[in-house]
Amino acid sequence: MAEQSGSGPATSNEGLFTRLVRAAEIDTRMLGMIAAMFLIWVGFDVLSGILRPGGGGLLGGTFLTSRNLWILLVQTSVIAVMTTGMVLIIVLRQIDLSVGSMLNVVAITAGVLQVFQLGPWLGVGHPIIWIIAVLVALLLGAAIGAFNGVLIAYGQIPSFIVTLGGLIAYRGIAFLIASGVTVAPMDKTFKLIGGNGPAASIGPVWSWVLAAVACVAIGIAVVGGRRRRVQFGFKPKPVWAEILSVVVGCAAVLGTTAVVNSYLYPPKVAERFALDNNIPIPTGVEAKAGLAICKAGDKVVTCLDGLSFQTGYPIPVLIMIAVGLIMTFVAKRTRFGRYVFATGGNPEAAELAGINTKRLTVMVFTLMGGLVGVSAIIASARLDAATTALGTLNELYVIAAAVIGGTSLAGGIGTIYGAILGALLMQSLQSGMGLLNADSAYTDVVTGLVLVLAVFVDQVYRRRVK
Amino acid sequence: MTAETISADAASRGAPLVEMNDISIAFGGIKAVDHATVDLYPGEVVGLLGHNGAGKSTLIKVLSGAYQRDSGSIRIDGKDAEISNPRDAKAYGIETIYQTLALADNVDAAANLYLGRELRTRWGTLDDIAMEAECRKVMGRLNPNFRRFKEPVKSLSGGQRQSVAIARAIHFNARILIMDEPTAALGPQETAQVGELILQLKAQGIGIFLISHDIHDVFDLADRVAVMKNGRVVGTARVKDVTKDEVLGMIILGKCPPAAIPGPGAIKSA
Repeated sequence: MAEQSGSGPATSNEGLFTRLVRAAEIDTRMLGMIAAMFLIWVGFDVLSGILRPGGGGLLGGTFLTSRNLWILLVQTSVIAVMTTGMVLIIVLRQIDLSVGSMLNVVAITAGVLQVFQLGPWLGVGHPIIWIIAVLVALLLGAAIGAFNGVLIAYGQIPSFIVTLGGLIAYRGIAFLIASGVTVAPMDKTFKLIGGNGPAASIGPVWSWVLAAVACVAIGIAVVGGRRRRVQFGFKPKPVWAEILSVVVGCAAVLGTTAVVNSYLYPPKVAERFALDNNIPIPTGVEAKAGLAICKAGDKVVTCLDGLSFQTGYPIPVLIMIAVGLIMTFVAKRTRFGRYVFATGGNPEAAELAGINTKRLTVMVFTLMGGLVGVSAIIASARLDAATTALGTLNELYVIAAAVIGGTSLAGGIGTIYGAILGALLMQSLQSGMGLLNADSAYTDVVTGLVLVLAVFVDQVYRRRVK
Repeated sequence: MTAETISADAASRGAPLVEMNDISIAFGGIKAVDHATVDLYPGEVVGLLGHNGAGKSTLIKVLSGAYQRDSGSIRIDGKDAEISNPRDAKAYGIETIYQTLALADNVDAAANLYLGRELRTRWGTLDDIAMEAECRKVMGRLNPNFRRFKEPVKSLSGGQRQSVAIARAIHFNARILIMDEPTAALGPQETAQVGELILQLKAQGIGIFLISHDIHDVFDLADRVAVMKNGRVVGTARVKDVTKDEVLGMIILGKCPPAAIPGPGAIKSA
């Protein structure tokens, strides 16, 4: 086994856990992050339960409720999508400080386009409006990213400077485009991308279908990987380790699906949705604590047993998952990804190996811009408006999420899933502090401390691994 | 032996593999390489000697495509070769082992072996398993004790890193091998291994430029030496025709012994 894993010979006095982790080739750093996140979640639920008992959470608080976790996922999506691109940028030994301002320009442009241009021209709500707005957002993001990349790669200006300039300038451009006014409301289809309202989630049935597909895909991936290892004469992982990874992966998918499916839309939203779509509301007995709606006489009231809508996966979360999968594929399985990592590890060696590092830099920044476009769509759709404040400080949250997720600022090291977990962890802090009614100043203090602490723990961990 | 007999001897070995004629390259106002001419025959080891800053590495980086020459010409197999980047050089079968090893420290041995030439599956994705399998075969020949295929090369020893760098240079049917201080980072045993490898490759008809400032290394392994000083070629000589002292004289003083063909860098003596 030592020959295969190369992690040194397994000694007999190792504990069961160590052997398990080694045999299954699990990233222990990721386990640590997940453990830290669960601790934070449990802590917030207990604390919020003490502050305000009866929140319905797993431990009596308001954090571990399906509603909060569902919202947490939606809130994470904007930062998480961008952080997947930031990982590649930082791995390449660059930085992008302009993503927040870039998001603002893109959101404002897409907003002005659909509200002031396409709306009056094609008629408000025309079905092609959202498609044009989305395409323009993606292309504009990619174009700004490419512009940054060209200045950095061919203009030989440090990325810190180029994107610091962008941080200042792009927000100014956004202000000029919208003349400083808030652009609202968004196109009704465009709005769904933000996860607003029952129509912006895929519902329980499709959520379960998706979960089943994901489970099958995990199984196929594990079996396929095993077959190829055997085909080339490598010793495969032990069978129990393979089964364990399928079971754990599948359980995580099914668990998440169960959580998002058990979140019911609030009665007011459900009532509006029922009225808009001519769904009959059954008659029933009023119950104040109920989450379903029914008719008592002429009035629509909450009740225990009536009409309710399970949400399932909201669109922004699906986008985040898709971006995460695609970016992991790009980083791990494509030549482009391999070159990004190799160049980050040793730029000179990559150049001598025949890699066009300048073009690579432009491509990475272009990709970052495209992802900013995706986030801009989600952020403005969720807010149902494009404001001049949108995206403020996002660059710092995105970089912090990547770094908490294990991306090394020295370049060459980082993972997509780590960065997404980092984004989720940061958002958990924001959300949890909010549930504790903490002033936003305290939230900032805690977030900053966690960032520094996470990097410190990571350093200690890396030293010990060596 | 006179200059004429050296030429006659060269002719008997057939056409030169590489001819670098009148190469010049300047950085700012400094002429790093000044009208340098060297050649290399199949199955031959040519030692490039000189002080630090004499221009050996720069001259050779022109051949490996890392630098662009300002003037002069390169001929491979007697035909003009256009080498403007490392990929062009590789297409001519020119492989280089750099002094700094030029490995991407954060990826594993297989990824380094195939850097820039990755094997891909039929869907265009990286075929890591096939690359690792090939890597195991190559490393099995070069360094049978090598086991750490899954780790980033940063965690390997100097000798192991060296074998990865060598594997990368010879795995792709190199015909011309450039070794820039290949033993600088190695212990005595590993140095001996590299020496053996050079003789092995030479026997396969590969031409090797060996850059070193260790004159003993070069005398053990090279057939000819070319000495550079201040960017200019002092002279070239067959190793068996000159003594170490004479070559030291070339390196330090730029003084060409009678058995060597003087170049533009030789001091004009009476």
